[in-house]
Amino acid sequence: MGNDIRSIAEKRKLWEERLLASLKKVPERPARFTTLSDMEVPLLCTPDDLDKIGFDYERDVGFPGEFPYTRGVQYNMYRGKLWTMRQFAGFSTPEATNKRFKLLLEQGQTGLSTAFDMPTLMGYDCDSPKAMGEVGKCGVSVSTIADMEELFADIPLDQVTTSMTINGPAIVILAMYYAMAESRGVPKEKVRGTLQNDILKEYIAQKEWLFPIAPAVKCVIDTIEYGTQHYPNWNTVSISGYHIREAGATAVQELAFTLADGMAYVEESLKRGLDIDEFAPRLSFFFDVHNDFFEEIAKFRAARRIWARMMKDRYGAKSPKSWMLRTHAQTAGVSLTAQQPMNNVVRVAVQAMAGVLGGVNSLHTNSMDETLALPTDEAVMVALRTQQVIAEESGIANFADPLGGSYLVEYLTNKVETEALAYIKKIDEMGGMIKAVENGYPQAEIGNSAYHFQRQLEKKEKVMVGVNKYQVEEKKRTLETLYIDRSVEKKQAEKLRAIKARRDQAKVQSLLLSVRNAAERNENLMPSIVEAVKEFATLQEVCDTLRGVYGEYREEGKF
Amino acid sequence: MNEAVIESSRRNKIRVLIAKPGLDGHDRGAKVIARALRDAGFEVIYTGLHQTPEMIVKAAIQEDVHVIGISVLSGAHNALVPEVIQGIRTAGLTDTLVLVGGIIPEEDFEGLKAAGTAMVFTPGTSLEEIINYIDKNAPVR
Repeated sequence: MGNDIRSIAEKRKLWEERLLASLKKVPERPARFTTLSDMEVPLLCTPDDLDKIGFDYERDVGFPGEFPYTRGVQYNMYRGKLWTMRQFAGFSTPEATNKRFKLLLEQGQTGLSTAFDMPTLMGYDCDSPKAMGEVGKCGVSVSTIADMEELFADIPLDQVTTSMTINGPAIVILAMYYAMAESRGVPKEKVRGTLQNDILKEYIAQKEWLFPIAPAVKCVIDTIEYGTQHYPNWNTVSISGYHIREAGATAVQELAFTLADGMAYVEESLKRGLDIDEFAPRLSFFFDVHNDFFEEIAKFRAARRIWARMMKDRYGAKSPKSWMLRTHAQTAGVSLTAQQPMNNVVRVAVQAMAGVLGGVNSLHTNSMDETLALPTDEAVMVALRTQQVIAEESGIANFADPLGGSYLVEYLTNKVETEALAYIKKIDEMGGMIKAVENGYPQAEIGNSAYHFQRQLEKKEKVMVGVNKYQVEEKKRTLETLYIDRSVEKKQAEKLRAIKARRDQAKVQSLLLSVRNAAERNENLMPSIVEAVKEFATLQEVCDTLRGVYGEYREEGKF
Repeated sequence: MNEAVIESSRRNKIRVLIAKPGLDGHDRGAKVIARALRDAGFEVIYTGLHQTPEMIVKAAIQEDVHVIGISVLSGAHNALVPEVIQGIRTAGLTDTLVLVGGIIPEEDFEGLKAAGTAMVFTPGTSLEEIINYIDKNAPVR
């Protein structure tokens, strides 16, 4: 009787009358109540709200570890294995980053995540004129397999999983990693980790590209094919919404564009003749986790549900491993403020909690000083400890999907799902995501959202504490920051010169020619690149060879 | 007519180049600012991404700009900004107002200013602040 929908709906109507009366005494604060993404949200959800949207527990929610995975991909969630605490790190020389890696592992971090500098991300060596001023700044500089070996010195590749955030030249960096693992005698099935390798979101948001879209996607599919055949436990693509969100997308846009990118890789792999249940289990995801607590939790739950249904119903995957959306998450860099930077610790904690309540499999928490510079050792420790407090003190990790069944959370999950599916439908009508990206559609949508949010900030419709509200007159900053000087550039360039002087030039040239031939014949590039980097062909030499065949991508300066 | 009105009425005669030097791909800020300045009435040209200092200098001369806003979030500002400034000054754009925006540590402000940067805007700056600054400081030609 107490659960009868009709009765609840009637009582709710009466309650709403009393609510209206109460508003005369306590009026509502701003004119509109919206999420960070400006989605209007209700004050309250009751069972009749769910009834109205056709909510079906067994179909839409189910149980943890089971289709459609709304409640998470593991049966016992964090009781079995806590999420992987994976702090993104990379700066200066490979030796310096190797030291940071070791510090993080000593402090209880459970996986590595590598940030490369801008020249590496764009396929230029440290001694290229284009690299001027950028070497080692935003990440670590890697020009040859020798740098890769220094980067992972003394790190047991068969025990630690490694994530590498690189896209344009991802195939070359992966070749270096595979070749290094091989030279250390690590069995192929023990090489575990993730390559970001999501080139579509580069054109959409992160903007570190090399080739035009079609050959760039071909390189991604090459790595999927090669990985499936040789490295069964390597995650070949980390389909990333993070950069899409950071570039200004709403939560729904982040979700929709990311899943649409994933669908494009699936479709291209199928065109290559690959078996979906062989490659799909190695696709992983990477989302942002922003300030708006419930919107974010809903986003993760909706993500798993949409992907599972897509994989099963649309692409006919039969293995549950293909249906599961496994995701890494990172707290929102854009939410951090340079003003009163200590407040960032609190933001990161709130976001990390949303990630965990959203059931993520792996998490990076940002450091408080990251709007100022790359993080110091001390700041990184606070960020890592934030995860450890959530994991081992808060009790949240005792439960699988503790917010599942909340009327509000289920309602929001459905709402985010519905809106994301509407975007996906639109993209389908455009002929798929590759076409949509070529036409600049997601780029324009994100630009509009970014501008809309900035205007809301200016009008104080959205608040950033310490930035447009509660500002204080700030003295000179007291937070110590990490400074990378230009000696790194010199040191790396000298090392590269020495390697080039002692390698077998004729062999390198002939191996680069093999790469060129493979590109021209439209063969899988991976085998020839692996052989070339083993002989110290540099990142840029391989990339220039490919640029010679494929050309370069250019974006017009639209805004 | 008060001062503010005079300033905003001259905006359509002020050409602003928003530039992204180096390999940095972070263009959210640059695009938002470009759009806000356009909406405020300025004539805005955006270079697009991955420009060398020479490319930016060329664009500045070609458009004979009053203002250059250089956006850098990659940490390469100390290397790239002085090159752009030197390039435009040598080419004869002696009064062009040079602004820098992005993730710029305070320690670097002085060096950038010594190189000829009029103002450095860091995250959290409002669009209005930037517009006001240009209104007051863009050269009158």
